[in-house]
Amino acid sequence: METGRKRTKINARGLNLYYGCNHALKDIDMDIRPHAVTALIGPSGCGKSTFLKSLNRMNDLVDCVRIEGSVTLDGEDIYDPKVDTTLLRKKIGMVFQQPNPFPMSIYDNIAYGPRLHGIKSKSRLDEIVETSLRGAAIFEEVRDRLKKSALGLSGGQQQRLCIARALAVGPEVLLMDEPTSALDPISTLKIEELMEELKKKYTVVVVTHNMQQAARVSDDTAFFLVGQVVEFDSTKNIFSRPRDKRTEDYITGRFG
Amino acid sequence: MSPRITFEHELEELKENVANMSLQVEKTYRGLFQALEERDADRIRKIMEIDRAISDMERNIESRCLSLLTRQQPVARDLRIVTAGLKVVTDIERAGDHVADMAELFLRLDMNGPENYSEHLLPMAGEAVEMFHDAVEAFVERDEEAARQVIARDDVVDEFFNKVKDDLIECLKKETKNADECVDILLVAKYLEKIADHAVNIGEWELFQETGDIGMARLL
Amino acid sequence: MTNAVAADSAIAAEPKRNSLTMGKRRLSDEILKLLIYLSVFFSVLLAAGILCCVISKGISSVSWEFLTTVTSTLKGTVGIAGNIVNTLYIIVLTLLIATPIGVGSAIYLNEYARPGRLVGLIEFTTETLSGIPSIIFGLFGMVFFGNTLGLGYSILTGTLTLTLMILPLITRNTQEALKTVPDSYRCGALGMGVTRWYMIRTILLPSAMPGIITGIILAIGRIVGESAALLFTAGSGYLLPKAGMGLISKIMESGGTLTIQLYLSMSKANYEAAFGIAAVLLIIVLGINLLTKYAAGKLDVNKNG
Repeated sequence: METGRKRTKINARGLNLYYGCNHALKDIDMDIRPHAVTALIGPSGCGKSTFLKSLNRMNDLVDCVRIEGSVTLDGEDIYDPKVDTTLLRKKIGMVFQQPNPFPMSIYDNIAYGPRLHGIKSKSRLDEIVETSLRGAAIFEEVRDRLKKSALGLSGGQQQRLCIARALAVGPEVLLMDEPTSALDPISTLKIEELMEELKKKYTVVVVTHNMQQAARVSDDTAFFLVGQVVEFDSTKNIFSRPRDKRTEDYITGRFG
Repeated sequence: MSPRITFEHELEELKENVANMSLQVEKTYRGLFQALEERDADRIRKIMEIDRAISDMERNIESRCLSLLTRQQPVARDLRIVTAGLKVVTDIERAGDHVADMAELFLRLDMNGPENYSEHLLPMAGEAVEMFHDAVEAFVERDEEAARQVIARDDVVDEFFNKVKDDLIECLKKETKNADECVDILLVAKYLEKIADHAVNIGEWELFQETGDIGMARLL
Repeated sequence: MTNAVAADSAIAAEPKRNSLTMGKRRLSDEILKLLIYLSVFFSVLLAAGILCCVISKGISSVSWEFLTTVTSTLKGTVGIAGNIVNTLYIIVLTLLIATPIGVGSAIYLNEYARPGRLVGLIEFTTETLSGIPSIIFGLFGMVFFGNTLGLGYSILTGTLTLTLMILPLITRNTQEALKTVPDSYRCGALGMGVTRWYMIRTILLPSAMPGIITGIILAIGRIVGESAALLFTAGSGYLLPKAGMGLISKIMESGGTLTIQLYLSMSKANYEAAFGIAAVLLIIVLGINLLTKYAAGKLDVNKNG
């Protein structure tokens, strides 16, 4: 395939995931490129969010989950029993569907992670807060109210704050689970614009129900259907000439 | 089955519009040669005006396509259908233009039968209109194989054109015909060849509709 | 009315049938509304009535002396200072023991334990425990803490007994408060590589604080109002603690709360003193309620701005 495909950041091989006796992910093979936006699309309940969560082991928090196969980050198996999930999630950050700022000041929200990881110096924290907020393109909007509660921000601002909070612990990968589905169109565009910026420094994986969004922001797109990856290719190919009939039916809205 | 009933319906209408427009061109074309045979100057004059109606149809289809693009935001197969529609009407319209151009030439020739200049001209006209018909049918019916066949037939018309040209050169050399008229007939042949070219283009748009490729190049 | 006019109004009424202003007020709605207003009025009246009655009858016996001295036949004084101090002792000590245990077990049940039969069983028992009449706690406390552990009639015995009684209250309230903390906070924190305990300490507990405080208020209410469970455990001592080490050794001495003293006064038909104590009790309870409400408002991190 394309030459860019050779370098991979995250590598899933034969990944199977079971919720109790429900086989939620079936033999997933996927190579996620560094410094690219990879979109995961598919109908509800197709396993795309589950797959996303399995990339930073958020599924561990759910009861009776069983996982087979391997997921590697830079060649290191993240399901190795010796892996410290705290460190893993520091490297692979996550942004959720509903903006979820903590009930504290904007500053404290951003400093939350760094403080846990032992950064105490005020000047160092100030610096992290500013760069993270700048990284999430929200610094200018909140610079005068850093000490105010984050709950007073608008939905779009809250979501960018959450992205900034995730950036503050210095991740390498950002997982986004439908990050704009609760936002208005302008906020959505801002987040999409931001993804374009973010991929220069980070590897971004985004679950989205919005096909136009996947087409706009992503470099690669994976189409999930009942726990399987039907097609994984460059976004250009997926949206112009998908190889699989089911992919085409889905993206053209002929599904079901 | 498909939840996009309105969109499907609009695509269907688009297809019908394209079919109607090309049917109009084809009817005009066949009408022109019939009128010529019957030496019916009035009818030929009317044909020169039909051009405008076809242009209107083209605009209508274009606006329909653009509206589909903005409102339905088609991707993949749908995007190819709509863009192919947008492109193919240009070729159909040009073919219509050429029919009107030929009508003008025939009037200037005082409806002198072209067969008097070259025996190959009428068969050429027959072949060109068949190609046009087949190309549009391939496009509307989305028949990839038929489209390939139309594209292959381009050589046949080219061959006819060369024969007509040779005949005309012969006439000029022998001075059996008026030079002005010979040039006009050559123009008619050129228009026929052009119409065949447009038929080839229409066939190519059909292939694009299926594959996203045009000729050797990947468009989508 | 003439026919013409009747016809006219019929025509006029026709388009009005769908008019928004024509909807009939439903009688049942009106009756329900009336009943609701009545019950509101009744409960306000009840509270105000009791408050007025108790304070107006009791205020005459409340004096500086009444509040600051101890009843003494030698000096001929009647005072409740000792009982006030005992009450505070018992409130503070009980909360000191019960709050950490209650909040801790709520955190365990909500955040660590996997939901299942065991948790269900624990929750069921806690609920049952809070429904047990307090005299049974008193009986158990007297026998177990008083006799078996040899603590006798003492503030400590009373405290331990009350701890058993209010533990379910605090646990349940904390649990409910933790349940209202959105899961998105938990996901958000854990998703950025934070340890569970750090998340609980920095996000869950602050968010749940108003609920926890509510539990504590209710607990204080029960402590202050309790008589049956204390009568045979903390006893009815009414003396002030001695200064110095006496403050600590007081814990091992008998000490009746205001409510106990109230009970004793009533049983001796000393209604004047009883109303005095009642008035003081009411004011203390009111004060504590206001204070904790204020504190809960201050601590609520979920407010915007």
